[in-house]
Amino acid sequence: MTQGLRKDLRTGLIAIVAMTVVLGLLYPLAITGISQVVFPGAANGSKVSLDGKVVGSHLIGQEFKGKQWFHSRPSATEYSGNVTYFGNEGPNSVETREEIREELKSYVRENKPYDHALTREGVPVDAVTQSASGVDPDISEANAAIQAHRVAAVRHLPLAKVEELISANTDSRSLGVLGEPGVNVLELNIALEKEAPLK
Amino acid sequence: MLEGYLQIALFVVVLVALIKPVGIYIARVFNNERTFLTPVFGGIERGTYRLLRVDPEGAGQDWKAYARSLIVLSLLFWILLYLILRTQGIQPFNPEGFKSGPWDLSFNTTSSFITNTNWQFYGGETTLTYFAQMAGLAVQNFVSAAVGIAVVAALIRGIVARSGKSIGNFWQDIVRIILYLLLPISIVGALFLVSQGVIQNFSHASVIHTLSGGTQILAQGPVASQEVIKELGTNGGGFFNVNSAYPFENSSGLTNFFEMLLILVIPASLTYTYGRMVGSQRQGWAIFSAMFVLFIIGVVVVYMAEQHGSPAQHAAGLHTAAVHGSTGGNMEGKDQRFGIADTSLWTAITTVTSCGAVNGALESLTGIGGAVPFSNLGYSEVVFGGVGTGLYSMLLYVILAVFIGGLMVGRTPEYLGKKIQAREIKLVSLGVLFTPLAVLLSAGAASATELGKRSLYAGINPTGFSENLYAYLSQANNNGSAWAGYTGFLQPHAPGNVGAYGISFANLLGGLVMVTARFAPILFVLAVAGAMAGKKVSPAGLGTMRTDNPTFVFLLIGIVVLVGALTFFPAILLGPIANGLTGRLF
Repeated sequence: MTQGLRKDLRTGLIAIVAMTVVLGLLYPLAITGISQVVFPGAANGSKVSLDGKVVGSHLIGQEFKGKQWFHSRPSATEYSGNVTYFGNEGPNSVETREEIREELKSYVRENKPYDHALTREGVPVDAVTQSASGVDPDISEANAAIQAHRVAAVRHLPLAKVEELISANTDSRSLGVLGEPGVNVLELNIALEKEAPLK
Repeated sequence: MLEGYLQIALFVVVLVALIKPVGIYIARVFNNERTFLTPVFGGIERGTYRLLRVDPEGAGQDWKAYARSLIVLSLLFWILLYLILRTQGIQPFNPEGFKSGPWDLSFNTTSSFITNTNWQFYGGETTLTYFAQMAGLAVQNFVSAAVGIAVVAALIRGIVARSGKSIGNFWQDIVRIILYLLLPISIVGALFLVSQGVIQNFSHASVIHTLSGGTQILAQGPVASQEVIKELGTNGGGFFNVNSAYPFENSSGLTNFFEMLLILVIPASLTYTYGRMVGSQRQGWAIFSAMFVLFIIGVVVVYMAEQHGSPAQHAAGLHTAAVHGSTGGNMEGKDQRFGIADTSLWTAITTVTSCGAVNGALESLTGIGGAVPFSNLGYSEVVFGGVGTGLYSMLLYVILAVFIGGLMVGRTPEYLGKKIQAREIKLVSLGVLFTPLAVLLSAGAASATELGKRSLYAGINPTGFSENLYAYLSQANNNGSAWAGYTGFLQPHAPGNVGAYGISFANLLGGLVMVTARFAPILFVLAVAGAMAGKKVSPAGLGTMRTDNPTFVFLLIGIVVLVGALTFFPAILLGPIANGLTGRLF
């Protein structure tokens, strides 16, 4: 073994230990410590509550099935928050076509009785396609506007009131330009439960 | 689409505004000069040199010594990371009680993170302890990035050096790059991400009783500290399986914008650093321009294609035009808060760079939209590319362009006053051709044999072919993004590794491809640096071919497209373009 190689091995051994301690332990521990003091809510998952009970996270979508709720987007993972994966529906796949056909049919079937003008052509794209994260917290404003008719009727609320709740729970583009506006489904449904509880 | 183009334009403006200040700063780091952070980190820097027994005032290393130090550090870290991944059962910070996964998966993952690839057959939240994520993978996100940046620093010094054979000191470069560049931005960036909702804790997964009476388990962890360096170091390995699509990694349009800036800021600014160090900013801008043209073409193509929607959607009767309150377009595999424009921009950014993080499902892109990540990888990561790796790979193309241009006008090729001779051209050719060769051999082996078939999700059709080709393009280019269907790891009882097993062929072939396609080109690049160092500089004359004007930029783009994309065109034709040209469903 040459002298240069021996020297490199010694330096290298010290380096991997030092770097692992500093970058792998001290750095993330320090960030965690500061975050837990300065941003405890955000650092622990932006949890939201109803009547003092945690019911979810502002950032993570949930599955809603009944007529009284606004529905989230289709999810490949059934809204799993601990086993995430993509749906991988290909652009030229027969399965994709069939799934979108099914989603379209059931979306129209659920909402048409309350929104008579609704046709298959009027269904917004986000309502029948799977999200990337599987836990998309948002739906488009167009999607919410259609579902508003159903929710208002089932909960015996004036449509204008539901529309008001929708705009109160819409996250607009960050700084007015970045991203797309989205209606936060969980927050909207919480607001509905506060306004017109079903129980 | 106007709002979408507005966001893309805003991103470009902010990026270009950052290039000069960051580029100057990086040059100071490379040149061992004082920076505004020296009062903060100077003591730690000197202490580290004493600990490592490195002489910061020493004579520097020639290319062989530099390469030896680099290989030794990478090899030692390979062994350490493999051991960390194999000993999960005894680690602290393991609230879920995860055991280790299969050995062949650990081989693949270790090779992946040592090489700045971050290809992932595993899902982070279902297989790894917080200890393995932090002390194993995130450390490599820093170190592999620093290694790439060090190599470009060495190459630039070789190109500039008029006497002597030194191309710098590897250990000193690594220490300064981490201490003055990667760590400070990571600390500030991580805290910003937490303030926006990216999580940072060591808690057990939270069990939530949902509003409508169901149960949802939310995985937790130290995400922000890893997320920031994952982008800044163009690594790309997500804490969660769905990577930056998951809201706990990327919570809003603002975090998305910030993370995209983190990815491109170093690769883009290095062109300015280059201009400064060779003594002509125009040289740096020429390289930036060539990169930028190829980048922006990809952005526009993928955005237009995604806004159009896919054949399967149209066949199902879905209307994909934009309407009031909805973006329209192909929202399959995309989240609402990013929409079509930001997912398209992200896709282009993470495939021209070697980042490979995703915020949407690549497999669900339209045929033509999906051809963009393919071509971007086909350019061998020279369009901005990975931190350091992008510029050093592009400089090989620059030398090649000088050589070809020189032949066309019948003069001895010269670059920045130094003659380009047989030795340099041999090394450059090896460096340029090694990665395509690794891609085509491995993807060919996987498509042509039964062994590769088990990894496919879509089966034997253009989409399945895309999965396979992309897997090896991505691994050989050290990118790490995935046409996600392709698998090397099966996990029947997720979360956890109980009963999980690997597909050894995919894991081992992939691991070998990543390691060879990372370190062979690095050795060729360092050898070029060594060959250029100490060459006599002759003054530019009337007949010297200029390398800082639009003609040269055009020539450089032409060579990149010819060598890079055309090598893969026949293969890309069989995958995404076949999907894009037909309305047929499979």
